[in-house]
Amino acid sequence: MKVSLFITCLADLFYPEVGQATVELLERLGCEVDFPVAQTCCGQPAFNSGYHREAKKAARHMIETFAHADYVVAPSGSCTAMLKEYVHLFSGEDEWEWQEKARALAEKCYELTQFLTEILGVEDVNATLPAKATYHRSCHMTRLLGVKDAPMKLLANVKGLSLAELPCAHDCCGFGGTFSVKMAPISQQMVDEKVVHIEETDAEVLIGADCGCLMHMGGRIRRQGKPIRVMHIAQVLQSGLEKEGS
Amino acid sequence: MGIQFGDVVFYRRVDKGIRDQFMRSAVRAAQERMRTSRLRAAEELGDWEEWRRLGEEIRRHTLEHLDYYLEQLSDRVHALGGHVFFAQTAEEATSYIRDVVQKRDARRIVKSKSMVTEEISLNDVLEAIGCRVVETDLGEYILQVDDHDPPSHIVGPSVHKDRERIRRVFAEKLGYTGSAEPEEMTAFVRQQLRPDFLTAEVGITGCNFAVAESGTVCLVTNEGNGRLVTSLPPVHIAVMGMERIVPTWEELEVMVGLLCRSAVGQKLTSYINCLTGPKAAGDVDGPEEFHLVIIDNGRSDILGTEFQSVLQCIRCGACLNVCPVYRHIGGQAYGSIYSGPIGAVLSPLLGGEDLYRELPYASSLCAACTEACPVNIPLHDLLIRHRQKTAEEKRQSPLGERLAMKAFGMVAESPRLYRWGTKLARTALLPWEEDGVIRQGPGPLQPWTSIRDLPSPERETFREWFENRRKRGERP
Ligand code: SF4
Repeated sequence: MKVSLFITCLADLFYPEVGQATVELLERLGCEVDFPVAQTCCGQPAFNSGYHREAKKAARHMIETFAHADYVVAPSGSCTAMLKEYVHLFSGEDEWEWQEKARALAEKCYELTQFLTEILGVEDVNATLPAKATYHRSCHMTRLLGVKDAPMKLLANVKGLSLAELPCAHDCCGFGGTFSVKMAPISQQMVDEKVVHIEETDAEVLIGADCGCLMHMGGRIRRQGKPIRVMHIAQVLQSGLEKEGS
Repeated sequence: MGIQFGDVVFYRRVDKGIRDQFMRSAVRAAQERMRTSRLRAAEELGDWEEWRRLGEEIRRHTLEHLDYYLEQLSDRVHALGGHVFFAQTAEEATSYIRDVVQKRDARRIVKSKSMVTEEISLNDVLEAIGCRVVETDLGEYILQVDDHDPPSHIVGPSVHKDRERIRRVFAEKLGYTGSAEPEEMTAFVRQQLRPDFLTAEVGITGCNFAVAESGTVCLVTNEGNGRLVTSLPPVHIAVMGMERIVPTWEELEVMVGLLCRSAVGQKLTSYINCLTGPKAAGDVDGPEEFHLVIIDNGRSDILGTEFQSVLQCIRCGACLNVCPVYRHIGGQAYGSIYSGPIGAVLSPLLGGEDLYRELPYASSLCAACTEACPVNIPLHDLLIRHRQKTAEEKRQSPLGERLAMKAFGMVAESPRLYRWGTKLARTALLPWEEDGVIRQGPGPLQPWTSIRDLPSPERETFREWFENRRKRGERP
């Protein structure tokens, strides 16, 4: 199966290891992985801040970049939700052409764990991670994209991993893109509360499926000097197998 | 009071909220209680999504035919011997009510359940002509006694106070000597209010829903006072926002069910009061005179715009009860009687975009509110829409932000600029790097690193790794 990767800008610049794990994981599961080099950013920062003209620039570019892909897979719930949002972004009367193209893109976009379970039909990727962990279900992934169970199914089959339920898992971590800097004091209260809940689980590892949330929570955890490791779910699913893939 | 209260800038109110540990723990406890019971009540109903869709459909249909239903409602109320007044503005509404009160030579007024009378500052107007206006809902009563503290929640206005604080207020202002037990304090308030109920010449209430086909005003309350306010005084004035209407009793049932479950997690509240016209010959109780004041105050301007769905709101407060931002800053930080996510959408529309420009940014767009709303209002989308108005239509967002977004647009459509930008970021940040992180970033990174570490950009970006791998021949 041919898969075109969308490695989000945060993963590209700050977490290349997340992209690498994604590539290795997909290849290990028999996919032919392509990375269209023209890709940039999904446009979320502009869209959520109300700059829709700029968001449309990003959208048109991404639509064209992935026009020939069979499947577009991204290791991010939030950015995948944004790719699907393009359909609504082009809602003007003279934009129906772009809307059609946006719809075509939306139909072939998948968040990584969603792709694994729904398209590849895999729930056990044969990974091993002996650790106690907890999972942060990010808001856009669960509420906007509607992907709730896929990560859980996959994590349940990771050998050695014991997964503790995160108290108040439904609460936002306080990232929210530009919110995290524009409303830093509120964002801080939210993330501090989240860190308290994570600590309550006694987890050594915090797992998530969105680099944005992980960068925010991980950054706060580091600032507070807490001994909690932060991992993207792609890395977890590739744990114990890194060498085999390449 | 009006929609706005106080004139402290938003950011200062946020700080005050965050520092108020007392308020925050009271709000947190209330949120937890209401959220869990809402979920339980929704579950009992069966297919919650189906009910929501039905609720949304009813509200939408009503809004799309608002003229028709308002006319029907008004005709019915007239036919029953009541008076109807359509008020375009807050002033029109308050002066009409003032006239009614003055004609009766009334001095004592009891009130129950009404956000919209707060919105039009009715109490101030009536007090200015020498009336004594007593709020009879426990929450509002507490605020009134506590030197007119502004409300912090649209269903439980004094949710930011815990029992002990309430006991202190009662002790200081009313000489209360009992304990902080809710039952004891409620009994005390009842005693305080009894003479007011018996002597009041006018009773004023809000209206949760008005049934167009029968001309009925429906009040949903948790206390019995709503009934007393509408039946003891000889005059009853009901005040409603023009959108609070349902076509028939059938839709009323659905909406009341959704309201009670969403608001406090009850199947039905203890009291649902339905009033149809003034006392008729042979009725044992009910007011001699009934007025229905229907308020526009900016609502019709919202009709037909992309914000129309906000008028579907039934003021259940479910969106507040799940909002983490609301939890940490408290309702009063919003500076509006409408707080939380719905307040952040509604206040700029009713109270002025300039006054409430920051509110739509006080959200992480986590969409918990949208998920909780029983009538499917896409609250987080509407917040983005507000931001869009500020940024694109009014060009009132900060210049730095506008420039940054312009640059973003250029980079986003040019792979070359994008590549160059990531390379530049990496080199530019090098001097600040320490142990693989940036603890104190320069310029625009400051707000981020003020509370969090930033991972320093990797030496090899993902795309470089991917290309190098291909070059090394590891992959075709
Ligand atoms: S917006 Fe929805 S959830 Fe919030 S108060 Fe209105 S009806 Fe309730």
